[in-house]
Amino acid sequence: MLIKQLSIFLENRAGRANEVAEILALNDIDILAFNLADRDDFGMLRLLVDDVDKAVAVLSERGFATVLTDVVSVQCKNEKGSLAQLMAVLAKNNVSVQYMYAVYDGKVSHAVIRPADLEACVLALKDYV
Amino acid sequence: MLWNSNKEAMSFEDRKKLQGVRLHKLVERLYHSVPFYRQKMQEMNLLPSDIQTIEDIQKLPFTTKEDLRDNYPTGLFAVPKSEIVRVHASSGTTGKPTIVGYTRRDLEIWSECIARCLSSFGVNRDDVVSVAYGYGLFTGGLGLHYGVEHLGAMVIPTSTGNTEKHIRLLHDMKVTTIACTPSYALHLYESIQKYGYDMNEFSLRIGIFGGEPWTDNMRKEIEEKLHIKAYNIYGLSEIMGPGVAHECECQDGTHIIEDHFFPEIIDPETCEVLPDGVQGELVLTTLTKEGIPLIRYRTKDLTALHHEVCSCGCTEVRMDRIMGRSDDMLIIRGINVFPSQIESVILEMREFEPQYQLIVDKKGNLDTLAVHVEVKPSFMSDDLNAMMVLKKQLSDRIKSVLSISAEIVFVEPGSIERSQGKSCRTIDNRKLI
Repeated sequence: MLIKQLSIFLENRAGRANEVAEILALNDIDILAFNLADRDDFGMLRLLVDDVDKAVAVLSERGFATVLTDVVSVQCKNEKGSLAQLMAVLAKNNVSVQYMYAVYDGKVSHAVIRPADLEACVLALKDYV
Repeated sequence: MLWNSNKEAMSFEDRKKLQGVRLHKLVERLYHSVPFYRQKMQEMNLLPSDIQTIEDIQKLPFTTKEDLRDNYPTGLFAVPKSEIVRVHASSGTTGKPTIVGYTRRDLEIWSECIARCLSSFGVNRDDVVSVAYGYGLFTGGLGLHYGVEHLGAMVIPTSTGNTEKHIRLLHDMKVTTIACTPSYALHLYESIQKYGYDMNEFSLRIGIFGGEPWTDNMRKEIEEKLHIKAYNIYGLSEIMGPGVAHECECQDGTHIIEDHFFPEIIDPETCEVLPDGVQGELVLTTLTKEGIPLIRYRTKDLTALHHEVCSCGCTEVRMDRIMGRSDDMLIIRGINVFPSQIESVILEMREFEPQYQLIVDKKGNLDTLAVHVEVKPSFMSDDLNAMMVLKKQLSDRIKSVLSISAEIVFVEPGSIERSQGKSCRTIDNRKLI
């Protein structure tokens, strides 16, 4: 399934990610998953939140640069070998992955994928459970 | 040792007389051959006959870098093109270089001036001189080169670039004298260590350094590390190139070659001429130049003059080390960098906000330049590779404009201070103490 991921541009300095977390907490926004990627002078904090629009609004108000990106979220069985199965499907369909991360809410696991080709990825995973 | 004691050890009175005669001739030539100067003098109701002594120079108008730019490329040349035998060019603020032209006589005088510099450093016919300034449009390489030949020493036209080969030449050719920027000298020392040479295997004894501001502490460091005596040479392409002024073996101030270049110090705000010992902007008049003579050219270099006679025997005025610049030009690794050059590159790319900040620093012995920019929110991407490509584009463009590399730092939108008018866009962390 396609979902909106919220990415926030951050300078690499202490306390910056903390500020984002605090703003979201103050505004009663729940972080479902996060991932932090960085280069030498900046980083990208990627979040799945329960209210994307509100999160964008409150962060922009505080001067943060935000980007919304479509990502594919796919449910995985919480057992050995399931990641291998998932990757095999992607490989078979020639879908290359820019980055991915995992979400586990205590019951179900999801893989969140940012593919090079969104459409191809969705098609490939259409029948995957 | 004085090269031309006739001129270098002249009495003050004789020199003033000579300067007056040369100034009068210069003004007469310019009035009749350069419309820019004729117009300026007419506006001030001045005739060449009003200028008879060197004191009269204060009646004359100033010339600025902007005047050179407005008359680009050859509007201030005072002789027909057929008389010009060489041009050099310096970097300009908007990508437009400043073109300077030399007649055959200008080149002879240039070589004479360099020979005087070299001789005052103790260089003689038995020396082997490696010229490691850039050869080409920059005046450093070729200017030094012909001066060394004129003196009769052996010149190795090393130019810039290949440090390993340079060290081999220094070693194998028993080079005694090296001319380069002071920061390159320190870089050279580190490379000599890296390639496993022992400093005692070299024959170096004299270093000729210019092209960027340096301090007595740097001098001490260079002298100790390279086992040489390090001397300052001063010049700028608009006036001639290196060889306008030089230290002597006393290392106590930089002598200005006064029979060719008349110095004044002015208050950069009021343009009032300041007395000896007071720091201000150096203004130079090219008393004998033919190709592109300049009257009261504002160098923007800040220094002070001292007329007390030096113990080397040279009676020429001495100036202090250049203490800075009255405008915002940065000298990074010997190259003139104007923030506006970087600004124009940033403005050309729609991905960036117009705000930027330059951070100049020193890592080890080399100057570094970091450019802080903000990516516009609409061009922000979640794809880090795309962001890195954008970064590379900017850094490649800056490199092609400045000919030096800059580190690009992406900062958060809105984090660079917005201010009205001229903001403080440059932070220079290099310590000059």
